Amino acid sequence: MSRNAQNDHLTRLEQTSIHVFREAFANFRSVCMPWSMGKDSNVLIWLARKAFCGKIPFPLLHIDTTYEFPEMYEFREKAKVIHGIDLIVRVNEDAIRRGIGYATHDPVTVTHELKTVPFKAAIDEFKWDALVTGIRRDEDPTRAKERWFSPRSAEGNWDYKDQPPEFWGQFASSAPEGGHVRVQPLLEWTELDIWEYIRRENIPNPTLYFSRNGKRFRSLGCHPITHPVDSPASNIDEIIEELKLTKTSERAGRAQDHVGRNSMQELRAKGFM
Amino acid sequence: MSTSKTTAEDHRKMHVVVVGHVDHGKSTFVGRLLHDTDSLPNGKMEQVRKNCAIEGMEFEYAFLLDALIEEQEQNITIDTTRIFFRTKQRAYAIIDAPGHKEFLKNMVTGAASASAALLLIDAKEGVMDQSRRHAFLLSLLGVKQLVVLVNKMDLVDHSEATYRKIVAEYSAFLKTLGLTAVHFIPIAAKHGENVVQRAAKMPWWKGPTVTEALDAFSHEDDLTGLPLRLPISDIYRFDHRRIIAGRVEAGAIRPGDELIFQPGGRRSTVRTFEDWPGPESRKVAGTGDSASVTLSEQIFVERGQVAAHPSNQPRVGREFRARIFWLGKEPLVPNKTYRLRLLTQNVDAVIAKIVKVTDASTLESKEADSVPRDSICEVIVRATRNIAFDLHHECPITGRFALEEGGRIHGGGIILDTVAQSDAPSGKVTASERGARAGHPPAVVWFTGLSGSGKSTIAEAVERRLFDAGRNVIRVDGDDLRVSLNRDLGFSAADRAESVRRASAVAGLFAGTGHITLVTLIAPLAADRAKARAALANHTFLEVFVDAPLAVCESRDVKGLYAKARRGEIAEFTGISSPYEAPEAPEVHIKTDQTSQEEAVDLVLAAIDKVLQGKDDWEV
Repeated sequence: MSRNAQNDHLTRLEQTSIHVFREAFANFRSVCMPWSMGKDSNVLIWLARKAFCGKIPFPLLHIDTTYEFPEMYEFREKAKVIHGIDLIVRVNEDAIRRGIGYATHDPVTVTHELKTVPFKAAIDEFKWDALVTGIRRDEDPTRAKERWFSPRSAEGNWDYKDQPPEFWGQFASSAPEGGHVRVQPLLEWTELDIWEYIRRENIPNPTLYFSRNGKRFRSLGCHPITHPVDSPASNIDEIIEELKLTKTSERAGRAQDHVGRNSMQELRAKGFM
Repeated sequence: MSTSKTTAEDHRKMHVVVVGHVDHGKSTFVGRLLHDTDSLPNGKMEQVRKNCAIEGMEFEYAFLLDALIEEQEQNITIDTTRIFFRTKQRAYAIIDAPGHKEFLKNMVTGAASASAALLLIDAKEGVMDQSRRHAFLLSLLGVKQLVVLVNKMDLVDHSEATYRKIVAEYSAFLKTLGLTAVHFIPIAAKHGENVVQRAAKMPWWKGPTVTEALDAFSHEDDLTGLPLRLPISDIYRFDHRRIIAGRVEAGAIRPGDELIFQPGGRRSTVRTFEDWPGPESRKVAGTGDSASVTLSEQIFVERGQVAAHPSNQPRVGREFRARIFWLGKEPLVPNKTYRLRLLTQNVDAVIAKIVKVTDASTLESKEADSVPRDSICEVIVRATRNIAFDLHHECPITGRFALEEGGRIHGGGIILDTVAQSDAPSGKVTASERGARAGHPPAVVWFTGLSGSGKSTIAEAVERRLFDAGRNVIRVDGDDLRVSLNRDLGFSAADRAESVRRASAVAGLFAGTGHITLVTLIAPLAADRAKARAALANHTFLEVFVDAPLAVCESRDVKGLYAKARRGEIAEFTGISSPYEAPEAPEVHIKTDQTSQEEAVDLVLAAIDKVLQGKDDWEV
């Protein structure tokens, strides 16, 4: 593969994502971008700055489960300054008072209580009608069915059986009554594309992705249920080489996906990303 | 994911859509393709086999894709699923489009983004309704690279004769659509025959396997050679810059290019590209690239307009003949208002006439009063205002559109031809038509205040800013009127009232032509100003009170009028020998002793801005 062809490919992905960002900003009244601080999220920030000529014209939302890795909090504060982010942070204090946590509850319950519930509360509070997410079609089979603009009902539900057609660059232009539209600029990207783009653009990312003592994180979530994978890849070049050879799935280290046969499907129908 | 690398590998992912009649084996084919190209994640086969065992079902390759519970229950693919795989040649995104009739809209979604299509026909069942319908849609959606897979050859004893029969029948059908299949490949997806591996049981087949055929496809046409079409997505003013944002849909754009914006026809020149992170910006933005452009001359442009080079512009009009595919639950009917979306243009439109409805399976056409779901028809579309477009055969990307109702897309179409403007608007030209041409509504802005308060100076600056922003603007100055239209009037109360009446009449005429009309007239009496406002009730009226202390005005005395009045040479001079009744609730109140002239101009422009809201490109 020539370096030029690869660049051409990344540029195409980038330009399409920029178009999706711009169409979302032009079409919706109030846009917000949830930010997990993970690699896809950080690529999104980069693309947003490209789309809007340096300045992100809407707020970012961090749903803090309080179970983030300490390094992630450090990264959050650093990135906030680098990118000039208008950041909203929300925690489900109520659930924490009720003692919901990984020590006592199963990951699906905790994810629902500490992520989905405060996420929906924030949507109710700020009345966003468009949320930009970093999901990719290659991550999980249920995500393969997503659209660039994917309407969600007021309850946050996704009617994946009756989605609007999407063609010729025309997207769903309005949110359902009381609901919102998920805008997904990274839909066509793969994990490999993400890393190749991070390398090309030199996008800041948490160092948890790089190998320490023979292990690294491939996907980042709450620390009690996110496990590192065996990997000697200690820099971006090595990660890229590793991804070209791997056949294990990216979210293999994410426990909440693997509780039941269809746990991801259940989580997503209830409003999870 | 193949681990082998070759230097010839094409890194650009090719999108391929898989279509065909229900149960002709699409999902099985894709499952097998993934398996045989070694593109499945570790453990996927085992997981699906295990799930099948739990459900007491026989393993099928189709289940590899049908990850959702519902699909496994219904045994049909419900939505456009994208699956990535790669051959030695390049990466693919394969779109496993459904064949179930109900889900045509998903197939359209998939096929519209595909560079190539694989259409499966069951060798035993032969050409069916959806085999034809899908090909028709592919032709409408512009998918030109087509390979037909004659599947389930194992069920017809791998018979070349059966294969030949299907090839003959189906190629004749494709010909009527103007489509040609690159190959007809005999396969048995279930057994992987001629998918990746050559089939030992079909030695008579000398053509390529499916992956060989795929690797021979080329990417979608490069549209860089076409004339420039840059539809505006938005205007950004996050800082001092005013950036025109859009995606180049055809052609290419460079700094220094002269642009014409249609509809509207205003022109300007590309000054810079504003790429982040800079400092180096591109020298050219080609087809598919986003562009962030500043212009040399600040003109009024807005989302929806299409920028082109003046030498090769899109057509501008509001009526055309189109071929439409309709996916809405409710039938498409004439004279109902739909939203027409063409690139970033979004206008109300009606179907003026249904020319004919075509049966996508038999290609027979008939007249009809309405168009049912999942049909193809030819119609006359009439938009409520001008749009920029091309004929589909001239420039596909500006020659196609979507129809929306209730915020949802229900159909799409390609523009075949313009139509004679048989229904060109007739009768009186209305104010809204003038407004549409100007790109903004008219307004009357009345500057009142003492002589020498600075009305004219502020109004002139406002006029300059509006004019440079591409607005239609005109100034009606009291001093000019005094030596022309009002030559016969003096300074008496009655004459002043008449001068206000005449000035309002003139302002009304200008506003009627669509101009933002700036009147500068002392109009000292509240009653006279109230009459002016009433006389101009058809237009937006803004009163701007230029409030300067008398001493300041008198000390300036630019025209020497105060001195004359003090000497008694002018009777009833406002502020000296005649009252000035300050407005009680002006729309804008400028206290000149507290406000700089620049601030005053900004205040007035902000008030005008509010009036023109809805026209979001308003900063001058």
